Amino acid sequence: MPSSLQQARTENGGRNGTGRSAPRGGATRRQSRRRPSTQGKWFLPYLFILPAFLVYAAFLLYPLARAVHLSLFEWDGLTLATFVGFDNYAAIISDERLRDAFGHALVFVFFYAILPVSIGLVLAAVLSRARVRGLSLFRTVVFLPQVIAMVVVAVAWRQIYAPDGQLNMVLRAVGLDDLTRAWLGDYTFSLPAVGIIGTWVSTGLVTVLLLAGMAKIPLEHFESARMDGAGPVREFFSIIVPAVRAEITVALTLTVVASLKTFDLIYVTTSGGPGSSTTVPSYEVYRRAFELGQVGSAAAVGVTLTALIFLISLTINRIGDRSSS
Amino acid sequence: MKVSNTERFLNYAILIVFSLIVLAPMLTILVSAFAPPSASAAREGGPFHPGNFIDAWQEGRFGQYMTTSVIVAVIVVTLTVVLSVLSGYAFGTMSFRGEQVLFYVFLLGIMVPAEAIVVPLFFDLRSLGLTDTIWAVALPQVAQSVAFGTYWMRTYFKGVNRSVLDAARMDGASPKRILWSILVPMGRPAITTMVVLVFMWTWNEFLIPLVMSPTGAVRTAPLGLAFFQGQYTQGTALLAAGAVLVALPVVVLYFILQRHFIKGMLEGAVKE
Repeated sequence: MPSSLQQARTENGGRNGTGRSAPRGGATRRQSRRRPSTQGKWFLPYLFILPAFLVYAAFLLYPLARAVHLSLFEWDGLTLATFVGFDNYAAIISDERLRDAFGHALVFVFFYAILPVSIGLVLAAVLSRARVRGLSLFRTVVFLPQVIAMVVVAVAWRQIYAPDGQLNMVLRAVGLDDLTRAWLGDYTFSLPAVGIIGTWVSTGLVTVLLLAGMAKIPLEHFESARMDGAGPVREFFSIIVPAVRAEITVALTLTVVASLKTFDLIYVTTSGGPGSSTTVPSYEVYRRAFELGQVGSAAAVGVTLTALIFLISLTINRIGDRSSS
Repeated sequence: MKVSNTERFLNYAILIVFSLIVLAPMLTILVSAFAPPSASAAREGGPFHPGNFIDAWQEGRFGQYMTTSVIVAVIVVTLTVVLSVLSGYAFGTMSFRGEQVLFYVFLLGIMVPAEAIVVPLFFDLRSLGLTDTIWAVALPQVAQSVAFGTYWMRTYFKGVNRSVLDAARMDGASPKRILWSILVPMGRPAITTMVVLVFMWTWNEFLIPLVMSPTGAVRTAPLGLAFFQGQYTQGTALLAAGAVLVALPVVVLYFILQRHFIKGMLEGAVKE
């Protein structure tokens, strides 16, 4: 290394104490041709961020701001828009269909998040008590629903739920003919039927996540609990559940957000029907904006959905942090 | 830990039953994809019909839809990787004014659902005459993925041993050289995970291509499947074959790079 370069470095080290940013100053520029002239300039980090920020701002931040703006208008997408203030937001409470949509989102939170976390906790707890072979193959299999396009999942389950589908076939085979029905066309059963698909998709992810968390619990914890005469149930609540709080937090965040974003599944299986019995906020956004010409209302539902996702993720993480500290 | 044989047996029972519940719907589709497409085909050609895939590829136009999907995925993945490596490098290795605020602005994008941005995007791009182009389908997805990618690459760059950076600087390497000839080759695992996740999200994305291409000029594979289901009502064989074709690329990749999928999806959950 040329001594002049070394000198430049010492000079630089003295100038910016953190030592994090690159060498700067005229001396450096003179000595090395390999260095671009921008090096060490204050704007260098911004230059690196700029391309990403431009695309991000143009195609996400700006549209988000525009959505808030649009939500204050009544607009059919073609003619002149009328300013209506917060009327579109008030309609979320007063409009029966929208109220239903948000209500169904809550039902989906149960099927996508609460149910899978409960099942996953029990499954993972039982599985982590004894080391058995085939656990990694099991992981591979149960994670699979996460990587398959929701449209494909929906097509598969439509076949299962069809009037002459596999579910009714099984019911007839065991003599429960009275229970057979067109599951997705039923006013009472279509919502839980779609919800079960969500449970099927989420449970594997949650179980894999919890298994990883439980593998980290030191064996001595179990041994001393058993010495104290703790049964499996007490062991579950006093050792396992507290130890995987962080994993439960992540699992709930992932699955609750996924449940609120359910769109493709509804679009392909029921289109929100029959009536409004399976409609959800994201489907209402699409329907209002592109089928009914209620662009302002669609934007308001989208903005509300975004706010809800923020609020729920923050709350879950806040509670998770508090209980783990 | 000592466990009884009953417990071990119970564990195997759980593994098997639960795996079957997960596999059953997929097997259903796989079986119908090879089933005879019609009653006459069953009489003439027997029970096994791999020809369904060729019919779906040609008549169902899945060949065309999958090509569109490949183009969109290549654009989104390439742009996301380049942009995220650059921005993650700045956030992970440099300190500058407004760093924190800017980073939180990027984090915001991970949580914003497509439902919120798709409505204004459609009407604004329509007035610019850009709907029904590949860019209207790809760029909003680049924006979403860059939010995640910046977060993901920042985590990687922050984890790099500082002495590596210092040594490189001592040798007089410029920030650009440090990035492309040291950090990027070193960060291959992190970048692979990002590529795999972004590819999967883009391939499976439904709402953005649905809205951004109202005439269906840029129809990706999942959309092709949804429309095929609406139009094609005789039997389920071709529909199932189409569904298998749509799922196949990601599933194959998943079997090869499983660790990256699981790691990425579990660690990618933002916790800040």
